[in-house]
Amino acid sequence: MSSPGEDILQVDHLQKYFPVEKSFLEKLLTKNKHFVRAVDDVSFTVRRGEIFTLAGESGCGKTTTGKLVLRLASSTAGKIIFDGVDVTALEGEDLRILRRKMQMIFQDPYASFNPRMKIGDAVGHPLVIHGLAQGAEKRESVLKILERVGLSPGDKFAELFPHQMSGGQRQRAAMARSLILQPEFIVADEPVSMIDVSLRTAIIDLMVDLQRDFGLTYLFITHDLAIAKYISDRIAIMYLGRIVELGNKDAIFSSPVHPYTKALLAAIPVPNPERQRKPTELIGDVPSAVNIPSGCRFHTRCRYCTKTCGEHQPDLVEVAPNHLVACDLA
Amino acid sequence: MLAVDGLTVEYWTLKGRIRAVDDVSFVLGKSETLGMVGESGSGKSTLGLSLIGLVPFPGKIVKGNVTLGGKEVLKLKEDELRNLRGTGVCYVFQDPMTSLNPVKKIGDHFVEMIRTHQPTVTKKEALERAEKLLKDVGIQPERISNYPHQLSGGMRQRVMIALAIALNPSIVVADEPTTALDVIVQAKILDLLNALRDSYGMALILITHDLSIVLERSNKILVLYAGQVVEYANSRSLYENPQHPYTKGLLKSIPNIELSDQKLDAIAGSPPDLLDLPRGCRFWPRCYAAFDRCRNEEPMIVKTDEGHFVRCFLYTEGGSKS
Repeated sequence: MSSPGEDILQVDHLQKYFPVEKSFLEKLLTKNKHFVRAVDDVSFTVRRGEIFTLAGESGCGKTTTGKLVLRLASSTAGKIIFDGVDVTALEGEDLRILRRKMQMIFQDPYASFNPRMKIGDAVGHPLVIHGLAQGAEKRESVLKILERVGLSPGDKFAELFPHQMSGGQRQRAAMARSLILQPEFIVADEPVSMIDVSLRTAIIDLMVDLQRDFGLTYLFITHDLAIAKYISDRIAIMYLGRIVELGNKDAIFSSPVHPYTKALLAAIPVPNPERQRKPTELIGDVPSAVNIPSGCRFHTRCRYCTKTCGEHQPDLVEVAPNHLVACDLA
Repeated sequence: MLAVDGLTVEYWTLKGRIRAVDDVSFVLGKSETLGMVGESGSGKSTLGLSLIGLVPFPGKIVKGNVTLGGKEVLKLKEDELRNLRGTGVCYVFQDPMTSLNPVKKIGDHFVEMIRTHQPTVTKKEALERAEKLLKDVGIQPERISNYPHQLSGGMRQRVMIALAIALNPSIVVADEPTTALDVIVQAKILDLLNALRDSYGMALILITHDLSIVLERSNKILVLYAGQVVEYANSRSLYENPQHPYTKGLLKSIPNIELSDQKLDAIAGSPPDLLDLPRGCRFWPRCYAAFDRCRNEEPMIVKTDEGHFVRCFLYTEGGSKS
């Protein structure tokens, strides 16, 4: 599925700092503020029609990046350009119109539905909010989209409450809700991590099918690199708020360059009893996002670390066509 | 070392009796790892808990035997069971945050655990042992004076493991020990469990929903579906020659990063409600090979190969091989 190459989303030096609350005494005694640097200078582009994945461990800033892109949180610095328009500072009516084009699927299908709203009403709600359809017309679109995501017969599922459905069915309903406005761009944040294993593949396959049918572009957020490999066109690996490696799926998996990417890949369980596993080489745990190490953020855990790694922060540079790595040793 | 025979556990709820574990049998030897794999509701946690008589209310063990080192576990009195829980079978729970007491220091957890079972040990001796155990699981001994919230998720799970092996149990049951953890931490914890198994000569029961983990880490695998064992074999045999359609389906639906251009196949439908089980085989509504007999009769578990058992009419006499 080679995309026409046109960029649908451009993220430029995006930053999000969350201030850390201080106690009363600390406020009196110290002047300097502390921040959690959740997203720190992240840049990437997403091409129309592709599945672009942000992958990394918890706390690496992947979900925050997704929320910033959808303007569900406001960024500290940087630019977000969607479809050629700078949307970083959009507000009010303009932002609402933008949201028709970009939607989100959340991780937890239990928490993302109002327990007192029937599925049909919840799925049709975006139409009401955006003033696009009501009454019979709304119902018709709801039934159509429910059938499309595999909740058939639609009129039966429309009358159910969320607790009457299984996790997989609820996640299908969440997809129906995000598709009903006919968006161009969807951020899917760990859409299958809370779903039973035997149902995951069906949900992933449905996502790919819908992408083809509706001409969608996905920003897929996951910690599971095996799923990332199955679904993505391009992948960005994040560590402590920055992208450390970005490239085509094949480049990332067959010739990873950054030591962190290599460690992540080596840690993935492989369903094969014959395989001899190598023990992981990483030292210690992920440092706190408040006290980020100087220089390369990864140097405290890196086996190949040299003297300069703690001093100079590496930029993302091209090591091969379309393969970017942030490591001075690359 | 451990033998489980025909174990059946029911929850007696207002809505009816739920048979969470149905006629499960297996054996486990020294220094072996048994992987129990199943989806939510397959009964894998209930099965793990019932091995040490810890089935939560309103659960009841209605049938079966658990024999550990020659003793019948299910016939023991409460105080004998309590002793067994420290020294015979120890449990590592999924969520290390809720299993550690937030107002107690790490060291005090060890003191309580050790002195409950061995009252003659002094507090000082218990703390010394705690330091050594923490070192064994890769945590600095100074951490005994920390509270649980001062440790990361991976470190807390290491503490749970250190607590579990404190009294040298013969079996450690790890129930989804890495589900809440990131992939690198997960690999380290599983490496640690393997290393401890070998150095302490324990047996390990690994309960998880992740078939990749059990294939990689265990000698034998028990595949559970809706409370029943559908397949039981050693890992290599299960991987090379999976027999039950559910196992085959699972193997085809998990991504493997070592394969390129892998095509995954989904299993149709979803797991049944235990209160409203289908007639006949519990898997037939999702099975690609189901025929008439599957819809009417319940299959028994049969031996198909040395150490390979499967619950499916395709492998029973009179069934149709497809």
